Amino acid sequence: MDAGTVRSWMSASAAAIREQRDYLTQLDAAIGDADHGANMDRGFTAVLEQLDAAEASQPPGKLLLTAGSTLVSTVGGASGPLWGTALRRAGRALGEEVEFDGPQLAAALEAALGGVVELGAAAEGEKTMVDSLAPAVRTLREQLAGGSELGPALAAARAASEEGMRATVPLQATKGRASYLGERSIGHQDPGATSTALIVAALEQAISRGA
Amino acid sequence: MSSTDVATVKKFLNNPDDLVPESLAGLEAAHSDLLRVDLENQIVVRRGAPTSGKVALVSGGGAGHEPLHGGFVGVGMLDAACPGAVFTSPVPDQMLAATKAVDGGAGVVHIVKNYTGDVLNFRLAAELAEDDGIQVESVLTNDDVAVEDSLYTAGRRGVGVTVLVEKIAGAKAAAGGTLAEVAGIARKVNAQGRSFGVALTSCATPTSGGPIFEIGSNEMEFGVGIHGEPGRRRERVKPAAEIVEQMTTAILGDLDAPSGSNVLAFVNGLGGTPLIELYLVYNDLTKQLERHGLTATRNLVGNYITSLEMAGVSITLLALDEELTMLWDAPVHTPALRWGT
Repeated sequence: MDAGTVRSWMSASAAAIREQRDYLTQLDAAIGDADHGANMDRGFTAVLEQLDAAEASQPPGKLLLTAGSTLVSTVGGASGPLWGTALRRAGRALGEEVEFDGPQLAAALEAALGGVVELGAAAEGEKTMVDSLAPAVRTLREQLAGGSELGPALAAARAASEEGMRATVPLQATKGRASYLGERSIGHQDPGATSTALIVAALEQAISRGA
Repeated sequence: MSSTDVATVKKFLNNPDDLVPESLAGLEAAHSDLLRVDLENQIVVRRGAPTSGKVALVSGGGAGHEPLHGGFVGVGMLDAACPGAVFTSPVPDQMLAATKAVDGGAGVVHIVKNYTGDVLNFRLAAELAEDDGIQVESVLTNDDVAVEDSLYTAGRRGVGVTVLVEKIAGAKAAAGGTLAEVAGIARKVNAQGRSFGVALTSCATPTSGGPIFEIGSNEMEFGVGIHGEPGRRRERVKPAAEIVEQMTTAILGDLDAPSGSNVLAFVNGLGGTPLIELYLVYNDLTKQLERHGLTATRNLVGNYITSLEMAGVSITLLALDEELTMLWDAPVHTPALRWGT
């Protein structure tokens, strides 16, 4: 995997978020303020512009740093700093390497999750993006450690993130704006966990296509 | 989904995505004596800023709460405001540009409403400003008593008291207060102020088109926030006097204002409630204050921190002392608040 993988991941993420923009906004209207789809779409559109403008020779880590900084500068809300930090941490973990393998990818995603948990002070079970990202990272790590090939390991990670996303429905939010609803946040799927599952799925798609 | 499934709310728009910049251009055209707008960075800056040696005040948050914050940029209040998209926190780049534009060498106070997005973006901005050698003190407003249990939420929201913080801390900065003093008075106002909001209708963001939550014709959201996020409880609409009594009870249950205290009573419209009703609410509020032995020695009635076209009202009570009263009375000249000049 190389810089091309990161570029396809970001393109696939942008396409998925564009396609699900209204759905994300509907989910956010139920327990937030109806702007998640528009904000993420604006951010990933800007990411693609920045990556198009970036030199072709840039290593994957540098591209992720650029993508993360672009999200911080364009998304706003809580998602901008959180996803921006996630991609920046992943980029820093990959460093200057021109290519990376499965364990390096898992380490980068672990760094991304660490950044989100640290900045958002959220743990699993609080009805946030962590509920989708954490199981994906954990599953990828476990599958690779157990000897799985990268393809099946990523497919399992994607399934875990989607399961984590669906598992936010019965949860009561205790972080972010949905927390103000108290018990009334129960019964709704978290929009942040949903966009996160889209981005994890985009990663699997980018890598399986490239393989 | 067919178009008939979504009730559209009519709005004056050209392109929904251009609402914030076009509105800011209008703000500048109307008040060019007081402020300028940097459209590239999407910030509002006080005319004449920076003032050498004066502590500067910067606030910001999602648009849709007008006149907050841009309408409070001027003399004796904010030095700069950074609006984000509607109901979306601005980004650190805007906050950094605003901070640099107004720093007069004495430091900058960031006034941040306690919402996760605002807090995270302002935190990143403060780090960037400090990297550039600008001293920043962040003051969080979190006056909303409708958020009962802060252990299980992101904490109390910053609502009405934010206006009072910006006015009073702005006066302290204009009077030559140091960074620590200005931040200190801002924190004191936040600590002595409490708010509660009630909504009768929802509101519609320009990009969504329809109301962001459904509410029956005989229902109200009791304890609503300012982003159209639903409140904690849905109740049947009742006479205003009863609503105001419930709101006042909730506020005074949490505010240290013993009988005999003076307060600033702030009745704020959420955007879609006419002044005739806001004054009716103020009338009911004065009766409640009297019942609790409190005197409203200062007041503010009008639409100052809104939620687009939402019909609703918030009440903020601030326990006053001589210093806060004097700073409240100090001259202010901004698009939305003006006296003494």
